[in-house]
Amino acid sequence: MQGYIYPNEFELQWGLLIVLYPYVTGLVAGAFILASLERVFNVKEVQPTYRLALLTALAFLLVAPLPLLGHLGHPERSYEIFLTPNRQSAMAMFGFVYAWYLAVVLLLEVWFEWRRDMVLWAQQSTGVRHWVYTALTLGATDLSERSLRFDDKAGRWITIIGIPSAFLLHGYVGFIFGSVKANPWWSSVLMPVVFLFSAIVSGIALVLILYIITSLIRSRPVDMPCVDKLATFLFYAMIVDVSLEALDFIHRLYESEESIEILAQMVESRLFISLIVLQLVLGTLVPLVLLGFFSPALRTSGRSRGADELRRLVYLVVAILVEIGIFSIRWNVVVGGQLFSKSLRGLTVYKVELLGQEGLAITLALLALPLFILWGLVKLIPPWSEARPSDAAAH
Amino acid sequence: MADERHAAAADAGTPEGPPLDRRQFVQFALAACGTASPVLVALTRLPAAAAQEAAADSTAESYDPTGHLYGMGIDISRCIGCGRCVAACKAENDVPMDAHHFNTWVERYTITADGEVTVESPNGGMDGFPEPEHNSELRRTFFVPKLCNHCANPPCVQVCPVGATFTTRDGVVLVDEKYCIGCRYCIQACPYGVRWFHPTKRVAAKCTLCYHRLVKGKVPACVEVCPTGARIFGEVEARATPLARFMRFNDVQVLKPHLNTRPKVYYASLDGEVR
Repeated sequence: MQGYIYPNEFELQWGLLIVLYPYVTGLVAGAFILASLERVFNVKEVQPTYRLALLTALAFLLVAPLPLLGHLGHPERSYEIFLTPNRQSAMAMFGFVYAWYLAVVLLLEVWFEWRRDMVLWAQQSTGVRHWVYTALTLGATDLSERSLRFDDKAGRWITIIGIPSAFLLHGYVGFIFGSVKANPWWSSVLMPVVFLFSAIVSGIALVLILYIITSLIRSRPVDMPCVDKLATFLFYAMIVDVSLEALDFIHRLYESEESIEILAQMVESRLFISLIVLQLVLGTLVPLVLLGFFSPALRTSGRSRGADELRRLVYLVVAILVEIGIFSIRWNVVVGGQLFSKSLRGLTVYKVELLGQEGLAITLALLALPLFILWGLVKLIPPWSEARPSDAAAH
Repeated sequence: MADERHAAAADAGTPEGPPLDRRQFVQFALAACGTASPVLVALTRLPAAAAQEAAADSTAESYDPTGHLYGMGIDISRCIGCGRCVAACKAENDVPMDAHHFNTWVERYTITADGEVTVESPNGGMDGFPEPEHNSELRRTFFVPKLCNHCANPPCVQVCPVGATFTTRDGVVLVDEKYCIGCRYCIQACPYGVRWFHPTKRVAAKCTLCYHRLVKGKVPACVEVCPTGARIFGEVEARATPLARFMRFNDVQVLKPHLNTRPKVYYASLDGEVR
């Protein structure tokens, strides 16, 4: 503790789990927006990651509400958000935004995308697998050309609805923080937009990591045009993200409101590692320089620098650094917003505990859980092109 | 609230308790129906109904919340920093006795001749204050009691996702502890740091202006014990009340007016350094 804080501010109310929540929803929104690129904007190069991105979004979305539930003082009362939502409350909308995104967007899109394959798997397998796939088709086993065309059209429309929905999902999370006028570190109209672009950055980086690693595990060649394209998207998304953050930063400095002194103190002391070192240098500058140096699309000659293996490794390192950087952004927003007193006269400290309801152990478990779910989903409905059943076997 | 009423009604029906009167019987019947039907439960728990229910406390049945609008005046020049208000509040409202949970606390401002400001509130000011430590000459020192401002435009009520925190008809901001889910968004939304998280009940907690005393015609505990009359409790809108007189004869200010929360705790002799 340093200076004066209101006595009730000694304990931080929102800890690691609430850092995790915007991080995970951001990954969902980002992965989905990446998938939409292929579907709606017809970016052919990233096609190999389309289905993987969808499953990634689904796996992380299933986990997204868990940190919130774990953090509630009375999780057994959480259903009240659905029964008697306070319509003035931004947070009350969580249940509805989440349900819309999960049920209407992601599950439907996955179902239409995999319906043909699931019907064929059901036909080609026996026993438990047969029944599981039959159940997953929901009885819609028509594989006529007309019906497959409908699948494709429906998937396309859902994606078109899905893009603004993904924006809504994560923009909304930003609004939860940005609309708190009591907190000068949070209160900013840019917050939802910054959240959104950092979400896109983290989603692209995550799919990039998962694609490279799963290719290695499956001993398949990494599709270099695909990862080059992903790296280019990552670069551009980061440029927008950094510009927005810089705008927010400059705006604050220039306006220089009464809170500026304590916020500057906080950044220089409490947030030095997480904001300056992790978010800015390691999570942003280093990746931007590496991408700018290695990405072929960003060079006037159009030729790639370095062998494929080197580039692949650089992309992997860059994506991991970016993920650390985005997690730091979430930390800096959520924890940073509670480290200074609303009296603007002092700073408090946050000590992460190892065990306990909001401890490091639970956080790591919740971070690993979507990867396990993704593993299960990949086993159940493989996203790989070579795993798709051929029509010939069906007839 | 429905549960609470149910419990109160159930108590009234036990052999040891007084016999049921007609109103209690109707309350009991309603609560019983509510337990049987989830729809009725949801309806009786609507935030708007909660305010009425709070007023329908069985211990103060004659109380009519519509005739009141409460606020508090604080005369900074009278506060001597004895901390009795803090102790009284903790005892009256079952606030944990540690140094990090307060419905009300007292801050001491020490301003030196060269303009350096020090603010302290050791143990919320409950045990009084030690001699100020300063190296240069003092310009002035003063004490500032803090409590929930019972804002007319309360951000905490706005953000509560389930409507567990609400404004009563008589202008008091309360938390329904049987309904709060413990998300702590209200604590984040309060610009004054007056809300806290109850460590055992695991719900948001705050100053109630001693609502349980108000409905019986008593003043809040902090007001009652103040030896210098630095806290003036009363009606904001009525004319011939101590608070109305205090507001007429003093230049009163509220905390953080730029946030448009419209507090109903009014300070006289408020220094610009107080936030």
